[in-house]
Amino acid sequence: MSFGRNVRLVAGREFQAMVGTMGGWVILAAALALDGLLFNLSALGGIRRSAEVLQRFFEVSSGVTMGAAVFVSMRLLAEERQAETLPLLYASPLQDVEIVLGKFLAALGFLAGLTLLTVYMPLLILVHGKVSLGHLAAGYLGLLLLGSACLAMGAFASALARTQIIAGIVGGTLIVVLLLTWQLSRISEPPFAPLFAALALWNLHFGPFQSGVIHLRDVAYYLLVTWVFLFAATRVVEARRWR
Amino acid sequence: MIEVEGLTKYYGEQAAIRDLTFRIAAGEVVGFLGLNGAGKTTTLKILANVLLASSGSVRIDGVDVARAPHALKRRIGYLPERPPLYDEMTVGGYLRYVAELHGVPRERARRAVEAVEERTDLADSDRKLLGALSHGFRQRVGVAQALVHDPAVLLLDEPGKGLDPVQIVEMRALLKSLRSSHTVLVSSHILPEIAQTCDRLLVLKDGELVAQGTEHELEQRVGGSRLVVVRVKGPLAGAEAAVRAVSGVQAVTVVSADGGEVELRVEAPASLRPTIARAVVSAGLDLLKLDEGQDRLESLFLRLTRGADA
Repeated sequence: MSFGRNVRLVAGREFQAMVGTMGGWVILAAALALDGLLFNLSALGGIRRSAEVLQRFFEVSSGVTMGAAVFVSMRLLAEERQAETLPLLYASPLQDVEIVLGKFLAALGFLAGLTLLTVYMPLLILVHGKVSLGHLAAGYLGLLLLGSACLAMGAFASALARTQIIAGIVGGTLIVVLLLTWQLSRISEPPFAPLFAALALWNLHFGPFQSGVIHLRDVAYYLLVTWVFLFAATRVVEARRWR
Repeated sequence: MIEVEGLTKYYGEQAAIRDLTFRIAAGEVVGFLGLNGAGKTTTLKILANVLLASSGSVRIDGVDVARAPHALKRRIGYLPERPPLYDEMTVGGYLRYVAELHGVPRERARRAVEAVEERTDLADSDRKLLGALSHGFRQRVGVAQALVHDPAVLLLDEPGKGLDPVQIVEMRALLKSLRSSHTVLVSSHILPEIAQTCDRLLVLKDGELVAQGTEHELEQRVGGSRLVVVRVKGPLAGAEAAVRAVSGVQAVTVVSADGGEVELRVEAPASLRPTIARAVVSAGLDLLKLDEGQDRLESLFLRLTRGADA
């Protein structure tokens, strides 16, 4: 059986579970409401240039994306463990990487949908001002990459944890730790200062996207974080077969 | 068909199963018996490749499960102790998903689901949400998911757990219908439940295989049944004295003594039944009933799993 088919099967069921239960819609509604509210409060006050307003929008949205990623990802594997459905996946002819990847892609699809639903806000700026489509595309790419990295961290936490709540706490903590490395870089001396700065999840790497600039370095960073945590999650899922 | 050799599983320092070796022929229905914590679930998990063994090997049709897990998983149907159901899915949707997970092409999955729903009496529940099903139905869906890809080997962990008497009879009939078309290993801690459906029994105690064979062979091994139920018409004292006088009777317990009828539970080998019957009749009492009693299987099970004093 092909790798792609298995991943699609797992992802399809997971995505259906997200949109087929109340939890998914609550996350969606809460994230959109919060995004709209923060955008209204922080971006629309005072007189600003359209590009600045759009920049503020992506800044606000990045926070909402990280928060939503924690809530979306905490269920991925911890819920299977809680509901005792993991034996079904383990007893099926699936590789562990197919299980993890399928669940991650479902979560990414959900988060991407949620992120795209915020597009009415930049469109409002477009109606009332002047916005470059390149800026818009770069910002959304940044949100997607940041969300992908956060989801991978959440998936790892979800593989480790026994319950969804613990998975959420561990996932959130991992994200906060990677955010705080920026602060750490500011009080550290070289050679650690640039290392901590490069590891920081948001400041150095999301800033350019927010301004409409795409650096290969930043794309590679988010993809690397995603890969590292998905790899770790796969190892945890594998290790469970020994216990 | 299934060859298990030297199978051992440690959880930390604790051995859940130790050096299990047994064979199951194709088409056999084998009961896996043991008290809670004896290692039945661990063994079934290893056979289903859900858990990895610390040492030992499992071969199915001569192929080592550890070497070709994915190819063999398509040939195995597994029902864990708690059916692995997604509450938000419908019965039909879930069974289609499981079929496709096991490699059944989408176009054939629908027919496979219809067939298994027919077989497990779930056809009317196809559109019902799993979360809304009763325990008995959930168990039935659990069996259906193990069967949906038509595996050659079925591993069922306590399929009768929590079922009402009617559902137990239905489950028994289903297991019987699987004989010869599937190789089945079914676990339980209730001997009578599986004795009626299984060709052979494997008895586990503290992670070790303490006995295997047919019900009759196991009885022979532990010295035959020790429980005989005697019901007579007559005075209690006379009935008790007549039975106690029989050489070989170890103990007599009065179960009931109402309306001139007395029921006694006699601890004695089953071979003593003719002698007990003669003793009762010779004492001038009417013999109404004499059999091994419904506790016979429980008694055998306890002696196998707890030791000779049970």
